[in-house]
Amino acid sequence: MKLNIWSSGARAGRATAVTAAALSIALFAAACGSDGGASSGGGGGDKSIVYLPKQLNNPYTDVVLGGGKEGAKEIGFKSSVLGPLEASASAQVPFIEQATQEGAGVIVIAANDPDAVGPSLKAAREAGAKIVAFDSDTNPDFRDLFVSQVVAKDVGLIQLKLISEQIGGKGDIAILSATATATNQNEWIKFIEEELKSNPEYKDIKLVTKVYGDDDADKSFKEAQGLMQSYPDLAGIISPTTVGIAAAAKYLSTSEYKGKVALTGLGLPNEMREFIKDQTVSEFALWDPAQLGYVAAFAGQALVDGTITGKEGDTFKAGKLGERTVGADGVVIVGPPTVFNADNIDDYDF
Amino acid sequence: MTDIRSAATRVARRTDTALVLLLVAVVIVSVATVPNFGTTLTLGFLLVQVIPILLIAMPMALIIITGEIDLSVASTVGLTSAFMGVMWRDTGLPIELIMVLCVVVGALCGAFNGLLIAVLGLPSLAVTIGTLALFRGLALVVIGDQKVSNFPVELTTFVTKRMGETGIPQTMIGVVALILVFAMVLHVTPLGRSIFAMGYSPEAATFAGIRVARTKFWLFVVSGAVSGLVGVFWTLRFASAGPDNATGIELAVIAAVLLGGVSIFGGRGTITGVVTGVLLIGTLTYALRLARVPETTLSIVTGALLVLSVVAPSALALIRERLRRTSTPTDSPAPAAAG
Repeated sequence: MKLNIWSSGARAGRATAVTAAALSIALFAAACGSDGGASSGGGGGDKSIVYLPKQLNNPYTDVVLGGGKEGAKEIGFKSSVLGPLEASASAQVPFIEQATQEGAGVIVIAANDPDAVGPSLKAAREAGAKIVAFDSDTNPDFRDLFVSQVVAKDVGLIQLKLISEQIGGKGDIAILSATATATNQNEWIKFIEEELKSNPEYKDIKLVTKVYGDDDADKSFKEAQGLMQSYPDLAGIISPTTVGIAAAAKYLSTSEYKGKVALTGLGLPNEMREFIKDQTVSEFALWDPAQLGYVAAFAGQALVDGTITGKEGDTFKAGKLGERTVGADGVVIVGPPTVFNADNIDDYDF
Repeated sequence: MTDIRSAATRVARRTDTALVLLLVAVVIVSVATVPNFGTTLTLGFLLVQVIPILLIAMPMALIIITGEIDLSVASTVGLTSAFMGVMWRDTGLPIELIMVLCVVVGALCGAFNGLLIAVLGLPSLAVTIGTLALFRGLALVVIGDQKVSNFPVELTTFVTKRMGETGIPQTMIGVVALILVFAMVLHVTPLGRSIFAMGYSPEAATFAGIRVARTKFWLFVVSGAVSGLVGVFWTLRFASAGPDNATGIELAVIAAVLLGGVSIFGGRGTITGVVTGVLLIGTLTYALRLARVPETTLSIVTGALLVLSVVAPSALALIRERLRRTSTPTDSPAPAAAG
């Protein structure tokens, strides 16, 4: 068999190699070219803070990171964001290693898995970084502090307080929750029920039923509809889930009950704006995710400066939000939930 | 026969040389332009990150060379990781024994694939898409949505420990040994030659007396066993056994194998090329991340590189064909025009 085409092979091979090398250089030129936009920070030194959210391109995360950027700016730290596109357990690890390599002073992380990030956070600490967990905690062994949104009890009580104000302290109320097994919601509902029983201020309020919209807009809409049919005298609804409150508001706004039946709960300002404007809903609550990132920045600074070590009772100043105290297990609570109404809703965008 | 083989070898060598040069170029450019890249930390972090891909790429290369594919590898990793977690939590067995059992579980997963593919003659693409879902589902059954993380610290630190000042993780010694074994098998032994032959033409290989079914069966078993080994490594590296470990890495493995010059149609490829392919994608990703290139751009770059690696051999073959026609118009068509 004659295969003389291969005699020109060596030349072709060299050509391929040269092309390949040229390609790689071009790729890097491109990479460096886009550098200006991408690396709005990074770099080493104690005065740098790296945020590692659970995943990038998530609207909630963007608000949290917005607060983080603001906080970092106020304390004069360089801030940057690193993170995976998918929120998987081990996808964060390469980014922790990268932050370590860049010599970050503070790593602020929302852990996808409390243990999987452990070994790499340990390495980061050995390299001198301070570790602040926020939003979602790591195993306490691997971080200096955990910045948590709010206390579960506060979330439950604020909703009861709001509905009580809106129905004049007496009448039948119902709860439209997420799924029957949702951990967060059930914890808040438990606090609401306990408070109803124990606090004389709420003695004229009766919780008649709890229904579940499964965090599905359509099902929640129908459950709200069903509530009004089964309980014509209902004075108010609490929906401790963003999907539920939006669906219930949508139903009430187009029904005869608009303005007559009170609705409150936990909602996203952007989803609730129209119902506040058309007066279906007067007030609702949620924590402000931006404060999470903001407080984390100040916590990081206090750790780097050595003013706190993360032990219970330590206090530090969190900019415009005032002083914060480290609780048991190194947990810092950002603050009480924020109440949104017609006066302030346009100040928020999330 | 020897003509074709040496010709094919030359094609492979050329691809390997190009890849190695490309890797060297990427490293040089990275050291020169990317801040913090030129340190021993890079070597350590980078190698630990690519070890799972590197290990699974070995049996994957052999399987693709025979013209088959194994998409279930990442799910096998997940299943063995879940198994390891549950065994460690619920039985009092020593961890060394559990680790061995994990490799056995992986091998059984592979044997199940091999049975369906080699014995029943079902297409590997369909079978392993099925077991991809099946093994991941089993992982969830085994461990639920729990995580097990209290593995002995000596072991979890052992897998990422670096050798002295070099930054090279000590686990690399075992990895290199395994790579050498695969390289020997593929390039030196009669078994290796029959693997290539199966990829060229399964019929011809059968007529030549090669036991195609048996060889394929064992290749899938090896693929499963290596995935089981990676399951152990993965669990210890992240100190976390969970059902979603290593989700999606089969794509990274296949991408690296193809970039390394293994033909997706079977019959062509080298271990050198595959190792270089893995390191190339790994280094490129690492350097681009350090250069703060956004993740989205990163997947475009690696995706484009992969498409290029699949298209390039065919395009080159076409060009050579043209050249051949113009230079020697009377020649008979070349039988083994690359892939």
